[in-house]
Amino acid sequence: MVENRPWLTFLTHFVLICGVVIVVFPVYIALIASTHGPTALSSGMMPLLPGAELWNNVVQVLTEQRRGVAPFWLMAWNSLWMAIIITVGKIAISIISAYAIVYFRFPGRVLAFWLIFITLMLPVEVRIIPTFAVVANLGMLNSYAGLTIPLIASATATFLFRQFFMTIPDEMMEAARVDGAGPLKFFRDILLPLSRTNIAALCVILFIYGWMQYLWPLLVTTDPKYYTLMMGVKRMAAVADADPQWNTIMAAVVMAMLPPVLIVIFMQRLFVKGLVETEK
Amino acid sequence: MDTKRTVFPSQGLPYLLVAPQLIITIIFFIWPAGQAVKSSFEREDPFGLSTSFVGLLHYLRLFQEPDYLASVGRTALFALAVTIISMGLALVLAVAVNRLIRAGTAYSTMLLWPYAVSPVVAGILWWFIFNSSTGILPYMLEFFGLDWNHQLNGTHAMILIIVAASWKQISYNFLFFLAGLQSVPQSLNEAAAIDGAGPFKRFWTIVFPLLSPTTFFLMIVNLNYTMFDTFGVIDATTAGGPNQATNTLVYKVYTDGYIGLNLGSSSAQSVILMLFVIVLTVIQFRYVERRVQY
Repeated sequence: MVENRPWLTFLTHFVLICGVVIVVFPVYIALIASTHGPTALSSGMMPLLPGAELWNNVVQVLTEQRRGVAPFWLMAWNSLWMAIIITVGKIAISIISAYAIVYFRFPGRVLAFWLIFITLMLPVEVRIIPTFAVVANLGMLNSYAGLTIPLIASATATFLFRQFFMTIPDEMMEAARVDGAGPLKFFRDILLPLSRTNIAALCVILFIYGWMQYLWPLLVTTDPKYYTLMMGVKRMAAVADADPQWNTIMAAVVMAMLPPVLIVIFMQRLFVKGLVETEK
Repeated sequence: MDTKRTVFPSQGLPYLLVAPQLIITIIFFIWPAGQAVKSSFEREDPFGLSTSFVGLLHYLRLFQEPDYLASVGRTALFALAVTIISMGLALVLAVAVNRLIRAGTAYSTMLLWPYAVSPVVAGILWWFIFNSSTGILPYMLEFFGLDWNHQLNGTHAMILIIVAASWKQISYNFLFFLAGLQSVPQSLNEAAAIDGAGPFKRFWTIVFPLLSPTTFFLMIVNLNYTMFDTFGVIDATTAGGPNQATNTLVYKVYTDGYIGLNLGSSSAQSVILMLFVIVLTVIQFRYVERRVQY
C-alpha cells in the first residue's frame, strides 16, 4: 500500500463484501432450499433462513428412485470414475508424449507435436455428430470407455509437461546417461519425481474438468446405468416444473457440486498453480 | 522446435511413447473433424443410402437462413455481454483484493470456488432463483412492477443465461487479473504517488495499461468460453427457447444435428465454428509468445 486512505480501504472492503455476496448468493439460496420441507418452497416467498429438513432431504435424495434417472449413488459413482479415469489417463499419456517430444529426436516429431496441438482447435462442441458416430461404430456407447477415452487426449497437459521438461537442466540427463541409465530408468527415477508438483496441480484441474463434463456424457449414454451426476441433476431439475420438489433437487445439486468445490477450497494453492500453468 | 542438447538414441521407443496420445487424437479428433468437413459438402438422402456432392450448398443456405443469421447476432451479443460483465466485475474485485494485505487471501478463497461449479449446475442455480413460481428474484422484481417470465419473454431468457454464464466465469477472470496485478512493479506505483497521482489516476495511467496482456488473453479465453463451454448453462435453463431467443451457435449445432438429424446443415455450422476456434487459438498462441514482456 502506497498511502493510507481510510475511505478507500473502507470502499475496498465494501466492494469485496458485495462481490462475495454476489458470488455466494445462488449457492446460499440452494443450500437454504435444501434445508426446507416441500411446502415451504411452494408458498410464494422463499424463506431466507435455514430450516430443519436437510437430513431428510439428503436421505430422500440418496434412497429415492426417480423416474428416468439412475439412483443418486450410482450417478455419483459414475461421475467419480469418469473424473478419475480422465485425470489419470490425461496425465499418463501427456507426460509420456511430452517426454518423447523433448528427449528424443525422431522423424515425425514435429508432425506429432502439431497433431497434438490441433486438438486445442477442435472442442467436442464443434464435432458433435461425427465424434458420436465414431464412438457408436466402435461400440463404445454406454460404457466407461466411451465416456472417458475420447476426452483423454490433452494438448494443454502435454504442453505443460513439455514446458517443464525444458526447464530441467540438460546436465541431469547427461549425468544419468553417464551413469548408465536408459531412457525408461531416467524417466522413472528422475523425471517422474521431479514432476510431482506439476502432476498434483494437474490432478486438481483435471478432476474438476472430468467431474464437470456434461455434453459428452449426454451424447454417449442412453442407459441410465451410465448417467453421471451432471446429467442426473439436470434431468431432476427439468421435471421440477411439473412437480416441484425443489427442496430435494437443491439437496442433490448441492451434493453434486460439493466434491470439486471442496477440492478448490482445500487445495487452493495447487488449484491456482494448475490453472495458471496450463494456460501458459 | 527446441529439444534437449543431448537426446536419447531413438529406435522404436519415442513412437511407442507418443502413440497413445496420437491414436486418440486421430480417431476422436481429427477423423471426426474431417468427417464434419466432408459431410458439409454432401447431401444424404433420407434413408442414408446414398450421398451426393453438393458443393457449398449448405453454406449458402445457412447464410440465407434468417434463423442462422439471428443466431450469429445472438451469440455475439451473448459472448460480448458475458465477457464484459464477468471481466469487469473480476477486475474490480482483483484490484480490491490486491490493495489488501492480510484479508486478501480470505476474500480470494471466497471468490475462487465458483470455478468448480459446473456450467449445468450454474444454470440450475440461476434457474431456481429466477423461477417464476418460487424464485426469489421475480418476487423482488414484482415490487418494481416487472413481471419476470423467462419462459415466455426472450429478453428475460437472454438475461438469465448471461447472468448465469457471467457468474460462473468471475472466479477464473479474478484469478488471472490478480496474478497480473501482482506482477505490476510496486515501485512504479510509488513513484507516481510521490509525483502526486491519486489512486484512481495511478490505476488508469499505470496499472491498467500494464495489465493489457492479461486483459487481452482473458478476452480470448472468455470468448472461447461463452461460445463453447456454456452449452450446459443453456441446456439447463432455456434449452434455446423461448422461440429460439437463446439458441446460440453451439446449441444450434446440437439441436439441428443431434436432435433434428439435419446432418449437412449441422456439419456446415460445425465447420464455421471450427474456423472460428482456429482463429481464436492462433491469436492466443501468437500472442502468448510475446506475453512475458514485463
